[in-house]
Formats: sequence, C-alpha cells, structure tokens
Amino acid sequence: MSASGAVGGWEQPPTKRWKQSLVQGSPVLLALLILVTLMVLYIVLFDAQLGRLPGLFEWTSVVNTGLPTALVAVGQSIVVLTRGIDLSVGGIVDVSNAFAATHIHAGAGSMLGWTLVILLYGAGAGAINGALIAYARLQPILVTLATLSIWQGVALEVLPQPGGTIPTTYTNLLANPNRPWGLVAIGAVALLWFVFRRTSLGVNVYAIGNDEYAARAHGIPVRRVKVATYALSGLLAAAGGLFLAASTTGGDPTEGNTFVLTSIAAVVLGGVSFQGGRGSALGALAGAFILTILVNVLFFANVNPLYQPFFQGLFLVIAVLLGSLLGRIIRRSSA
Amino acid sequence: MTKEQTAIEAFNVSRSFGGVHALTGASLTARFGEVQALVGENGAGKSTLIKILGGVARPDSGTIKVRGEDVALSGPSAARALKIGTVFQELTLFPWLTVAENLFIGTEPRGRTRLIRRRLLAARAQDVFDQFAVRGIDPRELAGSLTLAQRQMVEVTSAFLHDPEILLLDEPTSALAEHDVAWLFALVRALRDRDGCVIFTSHRWAEVSSLADRITILRNGTDVATRSQLDESEAVTLMTGRTIDRLYPDRPATPRGTEVMLEAERLEGPRLRGVSFSLHRGEIVGIAGLAGQGQRELFMSLFGVNRVSRGEIRVRGVARRLKGPADAIRLGLAISFVPEDRKTEGLMLGMSVRDNLTLAVLARISRGGVIRRSREVAVATGVIDRLQIRTRNSAFQEVGELSGGNQQKVLIGRWLLIEPDILLLFDITRGVDIATKHDIYKLLAQLAEDGKAVLFYSSETEEIAKLCHRVLVIREGRIAAELAGEAADAESIVAAAIRDRHS
Repeated sequence: MSASGAVGGWEQPPTKRWKQSLVQGSPVLLALLILVTLMVLYIVLFDAQLGRLPGLFEWTSVVNTGLPTALVAVGQSIVVLTRGIDLSVGGIVDVSNAFAATHIHAGAGSMLGWTLVILLYGAGAGAINGALIAYARLQPILVTLATLSIWQGVALEVLPQPGGTIPTTYTNLLANPNRPWGLVAIGAVALLWFVFRRTSLGVNVYAIGNDEYAARAHGIPVRRVKVATYALSGLLAAAGGLFLAASTTGGDPTEGNTFVLTSIAAVVLGGVSFQGGRGSALGALAGAFILTILVNVLFFANVNPLYQPFFQGLFLVIAVLLGSLLGRIIRRSSA
Repeated sequence: MTKEQTAIEAFNVSRSFGGVHALTGASLTARFGEVQALVGENGAGKSTLIKILGGVARPDSGTIKVRGEDVALSGPSAARALKIGTVFQELTLFPWLTVAENLFIGTEPRGRTRLIRRRLLAARAQDVFDQFAVRGIDPRELAGSLTLAQRQMVEVTSAFLHDPEILLLDEPTSALAEHDVAWLFALVRALRDRDGCVIFTSHRWAEVSSLADRITILRNGTDVATRSQLDESEAVTLMTGRTIDRLYPDRPATPRGTEVMLEAERLEGPRLRGVSFSLHRGEIVGIAGLAGQGQRELFMSLFGVNRVSRGEIRVRGVARRLKGPADAIRLGLAISFVPEDRKTEGLMLGMSVRDNLTLAVLARISRGGVIRRSREVAVATGVIDRLQIRTRNSAFQEVGELSGGNQQKVLIGRWLLIEPDILLLFDITRGVDIATKHDIYKLLAQLAEDGKAVLFYSSETEEIAKLCHRVLVIREGRIAAELAGEAADAESIVAAAIRDRHS
C-alpha cells in the first residue's frame, strides 16, 4: 500500500458477497434452522407415541393453527422494524374474530363483503394507532396498550361469550382441515414481503428504524410511514382474526389476548431487533411456526400442560441466547 | 445558474431551541461560482444556519431566498428539489443498511414495475465510487462498520450524487485525514468551476483560507462580517471578540530523569504490531501518523477497552493486565476520546452537564452512598468555569442541548475531575473552535507542569508538533519513527508518516 492509495484507512480486501448476506441474513437462517429441528423432533416424538409418521391431517392442522399467529407476527415485525411496538393486535384480532363469528353468513356476498369490512376495520384501527404515535407523539407502548383495552371491550360488546358460527365454505376456504391451503397464504405473505422490500415504503421503514433523525434529514415522510406501518399491522391482525375464526369455526372474544405476546415472541425468535432497522418479517413468519410446533412437541413429549409455559419460556431464552451468540461469531469471523 | 448571480440568501434569520437562541438575526449571501466559508466559535450558530438553508430546521423569523426568490423550505426534499445538497454535521447514514442502500436512499434504481432493483444497487454504487474516485469502500458493507472518515466520504459522495447547484457542507473535514481533505477540496473546486455555489464550515483556518472566496463570520448567532480577504488573527478577534496573540503556549521544560509513569512493551493486539514506548512524569508524548494506522487501537488497548494479545503494559513500573476501563481508572489512567460519532460515544445526552461531569467521581462527593448535591454543583461549576463550557443556566442544562465543541469540553472535564496521573488524550480538539483550542493547549501545558504524564493524539499534525516533547509516528501498527525537540516539526512528522515502508 502506498500512502496515496488508501482512502480513509487501510485498504481492505473486498468482503465476500456471501459473507455479507450471511451477516445480514443470519437471524432468518437461524429461525429456519430451529424450525426444521423442531419439525424433526415433532416427527420423532409423534412416531414414538403413535407408531406412525404425522400425516397430511397433522401438518395441515399445524399450518392452520400457526397461520393467525404468523399473520399477526408479520405485521408486528414491520412495526418493530420502525422501532415501535403494537400491543393492540390482540384487541384487533378479538374484534375481527367476534364480527366474523356474528356477521358472516353463507353466501358469496356476505363472506366477501364482511371480509373486506373487517380488513378495512383493522387497517383503520391501526391507522388510528399510527396517527396518535406519529402526529400526537405519544409512546407506541402507551397508545397500543390503550387501544388494546378499547378493542377488547368492543369485542365483548359484539360477542359477549364464545359462540357464533362460521359458514363451512368459509372455513374450507381459509382453514381447510384436510388440505393445507394455508400454505398458499404463507407463500403469498412471503411474496408480498419481497415486493414490500422493493418499495419506497419498505426502504423507509428500515431507514426510520435505523435512525429517525437521519431519515428526516433525507426527506423521508417519517410520520406518514409510521401511520402506514401501524395500518399494515392492524390489517394483518384483522386477517389473523379471520383465519382464527375460520379454523375454530366460531368466535371467542378473548382469544386475541394470547396474540399480543406470541406475536412479540415470534418477532424476537425471527431475529428482528427491537432497536429497529434490522431483521426480516420472514424471520417472524418462521418464529410464529416455531411457537406453534413447540406446543405440539411439548404435547408429544408428555409435558404436563400446566408446565407448558415454563418450558416455552425456557426455550425462548435459549433460542434467543443462541441467536445472539451465533450473530457474534459470524460478525467476528467476517470482520 | 450564472457566475456571480446570487445563489442562496438568508435575511435576518432567527431560531431558538427550547429557550436557547441559536440564531438572532443572521444574514448571509452566497453567489454562484464561489465558495463561501462560514466560521465562528462552537455555538455561534453555524450548524443551525446550515440546517435552515438545508431545509431540516425552520426559522422562527426571517426570510430565505434561493436564486433571488423567496422560499419556505418545508423539508429536506423541498431543498433537494431546488438543487440544494447538504452534508450535515451529524452524519445521517443508516448503520444497518449497506453503503449502497445508503447512497441511493430515495433514488434507488427501479425496474419496469416500479419496484426497486436491489441487485443493481451494489454495482451502481461501485460505478459512483469510481466516478468520484472513492477507493477502499465496499458498497456491500454495512454503513455502521465503516470508519468515521469513510462514513463522511459516503455522505459527501451522496450529496454530490444528486448533482447539486448549491452545496452546504457542515464541518465536512473534521473526520477526514489530510489526503481525504484534498479529495473533498478537489470536488468542491470542480463544482465551483462549474459555477456551483458551496457554503462550508470549518475550524481549520488553513482550509478556510485556501478554499474560500468569501468568508462570513458568525458570533453569538449573528453575522459580524463578510470578507474576501482576512488573516487568521483578525478572524479570531472577530469570532471571539478577544485577541489571542499566540495560539500555542510555551512548551513546558522537557522533564529529565523523572519517573516512568506508563510503559508499553511489544504491544500486540487489534491493529497493533509490537508497539513499545515509555511516558515520563511531566511529559507530553505525541502519537502521530496517517489516519487509521492503529493510533486509536493503541489508546483503546492502554485504557483496557481492547484486549492485548501479546506484550506488556506497565503502570509505574508494575506490569498490569487491564480487564477493562475500570481497571485503568483505578490505576490512575484517564482517557479522553472525541466521540467518534458525536451522538453516541461517552456522553449521556439526555442528562445534565452536572450529571455528566461528576459521573466518574460520585464516590468522592457522596456521604454514605448519598450524593451531596451542594458539593456536586460546586465541583461541576468549577469545571464549567475552568474550561469555559458555554451553558445556558449553569450546570443543569442537558448536554444534548450544547453545541458540539462544548459537549467535548464536558467530556474532557469529566476526566480532569478524577485527577488522573496519566492522561490519554485522543483527538480532543477535533471540531473545536479556535478559542477553545487555545484554552485546551494551555490546559495541556499546565497539566504537564503539574507533573501529569500525557499521551496525545491529534488529527492535526501542527498541534502535535507544537505541543509535544516527543513524537512517535505510527505506521501500520508499528512505531515508524521517534522525533524529539527541534526535529519534531510538522513537515518531518508528515514525512515520517508517509515514507514508503520499503525504503
């Protein structure tokens, strides 16, 4: 190296491209790895208990159970990428679930019409969160905690106790118990994510999560982008409520509560950073199914259902620890 | 744009931030085909004016004209639409996006479907780097893993990328080494020769006088003069309102045979390849060399932040293994870094000046674990007076509200309070105005006379030459030369720093 050759320090060999993608993609890879490991574990335990491999019915059930969480988690991850958090997803799932169970009747018009109304409601509810956060400058955790309670109250007003019905056609379309049509929905979400990453909105979400001040200095419409992310999260939560109603063929106005924490857990497992600006919704998607299969694994491992939360917590800590360790090793070896 | 036509003007612009008057009726006129320097002390309002012209801050009163027409800049995009490009003092790169993504944010290459073609980003960025003669930066790397100088260069490149006619640069050179400064100046001159307009701020007078066609001086939020010819001492008087006859104080007498306070022997670690030296009581030893040759790593290792893989550090003759900065502080070492990125390193921006200053000495001002507030305020006020830290209402102002140079003084003040025997001062004058630099130089000489041992690195070679007893020139992690006394002038230091290693 001659003194005039290097700009800003020592000249370094250009980093290998695959190493770069490994550093950036390692959280998603790890989540997929955990997912596959758990699937293998599930197969082994299932076989040990029942003397046969899990069939189409079992896998379809996994897909259908995991799908609502997956949708909510994808929305949550977009909000977390901007350094926010959305607790209200639980309430939005409840309201959409309750409306579905009480209003959707057989007939294409009713099914399509109410599906659209409920999705619009979700987007609107999210936009309200976003407006309060971006324009009134309230803390995301506070705003969405408040709207969580509000929507939970509304849900109880719509459907005071578990009940209601879902037309069989609707269930067969969204959560067919015999055919894994849910995989199509997963594929669609993944595809939409790739598109999202290639839009201005996608770039802006990452920019805001990285450094909000810098984003503003680059002329990014920070407030509008924030409203859009919460609206997306609301929309996906409402979709989650619809899939939940379809797979349980009825409504439960309090079922959404679990989605608050599982969506956050899925985001964490998927390697999306709560510091914002890092990670991928695909990780959250994998995270949601990790949590779903984990329940099955614990069941077939004969864990007393009372102790299930204990093991779930233990698993979560170990998985996240593993993720941060792996990240550190990869970063060091490529530095 | 035509030469000599007015490019951008500010008339009587005022702006306050939470009761602090950053600008009070400042005016500025810049023309096409000229480079205009904006100089003044830290906190004089330079950055605020740049932010207003760049559209990120709005004036409370006053008007802005671009190409002779009144404009209300609603945001940075409005400024960009008027062909105004800005490099702000706080760098605005996104650390977890790649260099290429940063470079093209908002102007990504798109396909027929209007979707961003991410695959093209890196190649396009490499083309841009080739075009602007930027070397040694991989477009696929995360911006956060670049050195500060590299980040600054990416910012500059991205400002030039949008083909600005009016370019605003707020302290663009503070993070750059001499060679990179030449690169930047070539770009600026080329823009001027294309009849563009450039406004820049700098605390280095040599840069101002070599680059600027016109110099505007700001003091306390207003413009006090605009000249096309100005010498340094007159500029200093205009900036500070006082005369500084000699910038550098007398060097304290070279200590002879005093106790060895700090010794390094064949130190190896990140970027260090066998560094040995000794530092005596009452001595100021300079660490010089081109940027990024291991100077920072040396300071980090001596302070216990970086692990030493081989070699020995001796404090007062006793070999020590430093497990962390806490160990170093206990042994009487103090380190002062210029925050690499002013936003993060070292200071708690949301806390008061007092809290930041007394952080390392809480034990001394507490009784039974409870802090005695009156003592704390007295101690903090003492430092504020001694270093002339400019605060609004004494020690209670938030550090984040201070100007960059004053934040740096708070950082230095914190380490002075622990009364260390050995001071490791790393680039403490970077981005500091000339009057403050003068204060820091005097402080340095005073510390040496008081028997402290000082290891001093600066990105300005002149400072090292004028202040230090001995100078160690570092190249590629090794001490390449040691200069002392009269031999240690700026030219010899630079010559030793760039000498080809094969010769």
